[in-house]
This record gives sequence, structure tokens and C-alpha cells, in this order.
Amino acid sequence: MATQHSRSAARLMIAPAVFVLLVWMLIPLCMTLYFSFADYRPMRATFEPWIGFDNYVSFVTSSSFTNSVITTLQMVGGILCITIAGGIALALLLDQPIFGQGVVRILVIAPFFVMPTVSALVWKNMFFNVDNGLFSYLYKALGLQPYDFLSQAPVFSIVVIVAWQWLPFATLILLTAVQSLSSEQLEAAEMDGAPGWARFWYIILPHLSRAITVVILIQTIFLLSVFAEIFVTTNGAFGTRTLTYLVYQRVLESQNIGLGSAGGIIAVILANIVAIFLMRIVGKNLDN
Amino acid sequence: MGRITLENVQKRFGEVEVIPPLNLTIEDGEFVVFVGPSGCGKSTLLRLIAGLEDVSGGEIRIDGRPATDLPPAKRGLAMVFQSYALYPHMSVRKNIAFPLKMAGMDQAEQDRRIAKAAEALNLTDYLDRRPGQLSGGQRQRVAIGRAIVREPAAFLFDEPLSNLDAALRVGMRMEISELHTTLATTMIYVTHDQVEAMTMADKIVVLRAGNIEQVGTPLDLYREPRNVFVAGFIGSPKMNLLEGEHARAHGCKTIGIRPEHLDVVDSGGTFTGKIGVAEHLGSDTFFHVHIPGMAEPMTVRASGEVGLRHGDPIHLAPQADKIHRFDDKGLRIS
Ligand SMILES: Nc1ncnc2c1ncn2[C@@H]1O[C@H](COP(=O)(O)OP(=O)(O)OP(=O)(O)O)[C@@H](O)[C@H]1O
Ligand SMILES: [Mg+2]
Repeated sequence: MATQHSRSAARLMIAPAVFVLLVWMLIPLCMTLYFSFADYRPMRATFEPWIGFDNYVSFVTSSSFTNSVITTLQMVGGILCITIAGGIALALLLDQPIFGQGVVRILVIAPFFVMPTVSALVWKNMFFNVDNGLFSYLYKALGLQPYDFLSQAPVFSIVVIVAWQWLPFATLILLTAVQSLSSEQLEAAEMDGAPGWARFWYIILPHLSRAITVVILIQTIFLLSVFAEIFVTTNGAFGTRTLTYLVYQRVLESQNIGLGSAGGIIAVILANIVAIFLMRIVGKNLDN
Repeated sequence: MGRITLENVQKRFGEVEVIPPLNLTIEDGEFVVFVGPSGCGKSTLLRLIAGLEDVSGGEIRIDGRPATDLPPAKRGLAMVFQSYALYPHMSVRKNIAFPLKMAGMDQAEQDRRIAKAAEALNLTDYLDRRPGQLSGGQRQRVAIGRAIVREPAAFLFDEPLSNLDAALRVGMRMEISELHTTLATTMIYVTHDQVEAMTMADKIVVLRAGNIEQVGTPLDLYREPRNVFVAGFIGSPKMNLLEGEHARAHGCKTIGIRPEHLDVVDSGGTFTGKIGVAEHLGSDTFFHVHIPGMAEPMTVRASGEVGLRHGDPIHLAPQADKIHRFDDKGLRIS
């Protein structure tokens, strides 16, 4: 689209931003890389700048590593399922002309503006609390034994909290996609004798595939680094220790910066593998 | 079979009455064209017949059976939309197969019908493409293919050719006419292009603000427009409508003279004026003539090449038996 001239001008003008971004990302990354090859434990005043791959080996071989990877995948997968399914349902509902549409839409989007720590605390104390939580009251009202969500079903509980936060995002993107579907296509399908479910399955869902792809991609990237919700609710106990949380524990609780940095680098590599993997599947979808 | 009857069919959007109670019968196998100016309710009427809009009153019958409350799929009609409304993520084959699949038809019968439709519409080579990889004309044919495989009682077309260029439009016009001859199925066709209306229709329905102004064969409408509106709407270039002294001379409120019924004479004639714009098309020549005492220029159609140009004086003589006369209410006086 551009001439030679405007292209070089564009490069020049982008340069400062790229520079800042590089510094912002590269310096921490380089330092992490540097520490990951060192035995650095400030509490014990140990600092040996080069110990090879020892940190990596011990991080990967510890049993908590495999568990944390599995937990991470479970969480991300669970959250994606709920947000996509819920997002589609909400988007279809919000697309209907209803009374007070504007207000309803704002309400639906609201959770996205609540800070993760706050929403986790609200869920923990208001809903999941065994003694005073709303769910406990509900169980009691139904004559059932109150259920301690955070210790009995901890991963599920965190999935619910995070999914609640990300549902607005998915809904918003999917709603714009639903609205861009031409009504003539649906009418044509109606004339072709397609009942409601068939119109959803053959017309609406394929139309949404691109938006769903985008939601999956963006959410995965953010969900891999979920932290506050775990910190606030279970503190990593009951098998809710994700990779991010494991790295945090290694660095701050065990005060082993070398080991934590190695974990961080491994997490970056794994995240990139996931990203490439997703891009591959999803990129095909975006092409046509 | 596809005999469609509208009895006092009426449509309101909130307070706005788009279609006042209207009666119309469309015979089996007829090619009916709805024409009228933009916003007169042509699409709305078609969508009422299709069942995509609910009527506010009245009764629709298809083959004598009441269809007013039937959902679109149950009416046995097929519709071709202006924007084609193809399913973009399905191949041409799947697009055409969609209504059959929804009807639960077995695969062999589906394949047979698709092959037949593809052959009839010259789509055989494109069956595995996506709609996005087709030209406008091909997309239009896919949309028609999707309609004909169902073997509906009637076809509904809503300005199907308006997105095509002029040359393609002429081609598709003939294809649709041919299709009508082969299938002999009722077709209802909405357009605001009166050339399409005149060339394709068995019966034209002229609408204005939801009212039917006249129903008749193209030549009926051309020869005997029922009122001033139809007279001005049918025929191209438009009929010259004159009021005042010229009309009084014929004992009526308005007279209408078609451009092709004005002869260019060397001297004398009823009207004398100066040529404003001259359009030389080769086969015909159109003159827009400014006549003293008349607000609008008069349009004249002379066949062949005529050696007159801008600024030349011209004498015009209307063919006496081709003058249309209208009364105070705009109705034809015969
Ligand atoms: N859903 C609707 N709500 C309110 N008014 C509508 C609606 N659909 C159509 N109308 C009105 O009904 C009238 C007829 O519309 P319609 O689409 O039938 O016109 P048309 O004859 O098809 O025009 P065109 O040649 O421009 O397609 C218009 O005045 C339009 O504004
Ligand atoms: Mg229309």
C-alpha cells in the first residue's frame, strides 16, 4: 500500500516505540536468563554466577513441575470451555431486542473491570465461604450439607472465578461477530427449511469461528499467567499450583532466584510452544 | 402448483402502514413482476408472501390452502435475495444441497438434483469452490440453483440482478426467463428496473406506497395506463405529461404523449421548440425539446439517425390516436 518513501518514514516513526518495547522486554528477559544459570540464594548469601543447567534439571525433574503443567492445562482448558460456551450463549441473547438493552450490556461487561484480586476475594468470601457464603445458604435452604468449594473442588472453583472475569471479553467479541452476520443469510436458511438448531449449527457457528479463534488465542495468552486468583483463594494449595505459581513459590517462598528464573524461562518456552501450536491451528481458520 | 392469493393483506410497522389492505391473485405458472418506486413496499410484500414478515391483517393462500400462519419453510416457496445470501463457508455444492439436506433427502437423490441444477445453470465446474471465489453472475446462479433444487411451488426474487453490471444483467434476465419457460413454475419478481419488468413479465403489478395502481400484461400497461402514475412509470423514456391549454384542447386535465409517438415534421406540427439535449444512440435519437410556455422539456424519440443537434428548431406532431387523456383525479379517460 505504501510507497518507498512513506515506508521508511513509518519505520522511523515506529522506531522509538519498538526501542522502548525491546528495552522493556529484553532487559528483564536477559536478567532472568542470566540468573537461571546461577546459584543465587540471597537469604543464604550464595551467589555463584555459573552452574550450567543444574537449575533447569532440578526444576523439571521435581514432581511439582509435571503436576503444575497439568493443573495449568486443566485450568486454561476449563476456563476456555466455559467462556466460549457462555460467551456464545450471552452474545446470542444480547443480540435479541430486549427491554433495557443498553443497561444489560453494560452489566454483562462489568466483571471485566473488576480487578482480579478483588473478584477473587468477593467470590471467596461471598460465595464459596463454608459458613457465610451464598452457596452454603443455598445448600442449606435445599436441605443439603454445605460444600467447601475451595478445598473440595479447588481447581473448579478457580476456573469459575476466572471464567466469570473473562466471560465479558468473550461475550463482547462474539457479540460483534453475531451482529455482523447478515440477516438475509439467516432468512435464506429459514426459507431452506432449517430449524433453529440447524441455523445455529450450520450458519451462526461457522460465522463465529473466526471470532472464537481470536478469543481462544488472546485468552490463552493471558490465562497462562493467572496468578492473583490462586494467591488469594488457595495460595497454591490443594493442587492449584500452576506453572506461574510454582515459579513464584520457588523465587519468593524458597528464596531460590536461580531455580525460579529457570522455571520462568521454561514457562516462557512452553507458552511459546502453545502459542505456535495455536497459531498453526487457528491461523488456518483466520486465512479464509 | 403455485397459485397464490392475497386477500386484504395488510402490513404495519408500528404506526406506519406500509401496505394498506391489498388483494391480488397470482395464477399458477405465471411470471409476475412487482414494480414501483423505491420504498413503495415491494420487498415487504414479497417478504409477507415468503413468511419472513408477519401480516398485520388479511389472508394469504397458497394453492387454496391458508398459509398466513405457516412458517416460511412450510410454504414451499424459494427465495433469491438481492445480496444472494449464500453461505460463505460452504462450497457451492453444499450451498445448493443445504435445503435438500434440511429436508432429509437421501444422498443419491441429492446428488442427482444438484447435478441437474448445476448443468442447467452452467455451474458444474464450480461446484467445489466457495462463493467468495465466484463472480457476481456465478453467485447469482448459485442462489438460483439453491432455489430450484427444492422444486418449490413458486420462486420469489427480490431485485436479484441489481448487483450485476449492465451486460451481465441482460444475460441473466434471459436465463431467468428461459428457466421460467422450462420449469413453468410461478415466479414473483421484484424490481424497479422497468426494462426487466417489461421484458420478463406475464403480468406486471405496479405499486405506489403499498397500493396496487394497476395489474396487467406489459403491453396493457403500455397501451392503456390506468392513471397518470402508471403512465409516467411504465415506458422508457418517460411519457410526456402535459397540463394546461394543450390538455384543455383535448377536454381533460392531463394528456400524455409517449416520446415515440411524437413525429418530427419539417414545418407546422402542434409543438415548436428548440432542442436542448440531443442523445444520438445510433438506432434511436432522443431529443429534449424546450417548448415556450412549458416548464418541462419534452422528450422525443426519433428512430434512426436524425441530423438535428443542440439549438436547432424542431417541429413536433403527436400521433392523434396515441394521445392518453386523464381526468381531474388522474384517471384515464377512454
Ligand atoms: N422493519 C421495518 N421497520 C419499519 N419500517 C420498515 C421496515 N422495513 C421496511 N420498512 C418501510 O417500509 C417501506 C417499504 O419498504 P420496502 O423495503 O418494502 O421498499 P421497496 O419497495 O422494496 O424499496 P426498494 O426498491 O428501495 O427496495 C419503506 O418506507 C420502509 O422504510
Ligand atoms: Mg426492496
